[in-house]
Amino acid sequence: MRLVVDPIKCDGRGLCAGLLPELIRLDDWGYPIVNPEPLPAHLLPHARRAVEDCPVLAIALRRSQVKK
Amino acid sequence: MPQLGVDFIGAIERSGLVGRGGAGFPVGTKWRAVAQRSGGRAVIVVNGAEGEPRSQKDRLLMTTRPHLVLDGAFIAARVLRARRVILYIGERHEKARHAMLRALHERTEPERGLVTLAAAPGRYVAGAETAAIHFLNEGIATPTTAPPLPFEQGVDRAPTLVQNVETLAHIALIARGGRPTSTLITLAGGVARPGVLEVELGTSIGDAVRQGGGVTEQPKAVLVGGYFGSWMEPAEAWKLPLDHRARLGCGVIGLLPASACPVCETAGIMRYLAAESSAQCGPCFFGLRALADACTRIADNRSDGRDLSRLNRWVDEVPGRGACRHPDGAVMFLSSALRVFASDFANHGSHDLRRAA
Repeated sequence: MRLVVDPIKCDGRGLCAGLLPELIRLDDWGYPIVNPEPLPAHLLPHARRAVEDCPVLAIALRRSQVKK
Repeated sequence: MPQLGVDFIGAIERSGLVGRGGAGFPVGTKWRAVAQRSGGRAVIVVNGAEGEPRSQKDRLLMTTRPHLVLDGAFIAARVLRARRVILYIGERHEKARHAMLRALHERTEPERGLVTLAAAPGRYVAGAETAAIHFLNEGIATPTTAPPLPFEQGVDRAPTLVQNVETLAHIALIARGGRPTSTLITLAGGVARPGVLEVELGTSIGDAVRQGGGVTEQPKAVLVGGYFGSWMEPAEAWKLPLDHRARLGCGVIGLLPASACPVCETAGIMRYLAAESSAQCGPCFFGLRALADACTRIADNRSDGRDLSRLNRWVDEVPGRGACRHPDGAVMFLSSALRVFASDFANHGSHDLRRAA
């Protein structure tokens, strides 16, 4: 699994970076920069929380694409 | 109209034709995707928005060869079993619109019956595929987050082909047994005869400039591909073949005269690109504005000395974080400026003093 941000919905509230600082940091304008690597299993609960708590529902968990 | 072979999409694929609007996507692949889903409902969008400010090739083609563009559009309609053809022409390109409409009146009744006209807003992003579809569906010419992709659900939720007018002209030539061996470019800046040229694919930029009458002044740098392209050193650019591997983009070749200031020029283009953000995505709207402001402070000699390091950090952070490729293109342009004009950016403070002396 990996985290993806819908850049049109996102308006830079920044909650996600507070809940998951291991993988999300904010740029100089308050918008999240997400580590594109697949999520380590131990961070999955925090990632789910970041997804659920986003006030504008701009962040989602997606299955990592398997490269053939 | 020419007769089409049973496997016309195969003929497009074998010709190697790629889109001439800027993205360079393989045309056969795009047609196959629409053909598979059409079911007689497909929509063809003839993209003559030409939002790139320095480019003139699409409007010149529509003005001087409107039937060739229409041939390509109606071939697409036949092969993809389309229900509608929409002429999406830049609202400022009046001559092109008149020529296309005049040509349309000379076509057969069944062809004319497929066609409607739409005026593309005169904005940079209006020609982007999803922006065109968004405009035709809802009147807002801003890009949207895919999916669904245009070939799945585009105009009126039908499978949609959005194709640049030069690409459609090549389709018409392929249908007549030709091969796409030429391309249209626009020469701009310090060249004797600025404007549109048709050159053989693979012609070097140096040869193309010679065909345009040569340089008016020794160039400091060459902007290959327009505002979404890259600055190059003249010696490197001169040898570069004009084909679609060379990031030709929409085909604009701009020559920056040695007497012009590359930092000021870059800052001006960045301000334009920042203003052309459709303001939907934070990293694009705020990021491009910040990049343009930092460039402008350096150009105006009022930087606090940290702007260059800010720019170098931001060009890594901004790309890939918008719904469309607008921020990516703007950052690619700026990155090339920071590379080719590194000493001009680092030593810009002395520029006004030198000029005043």
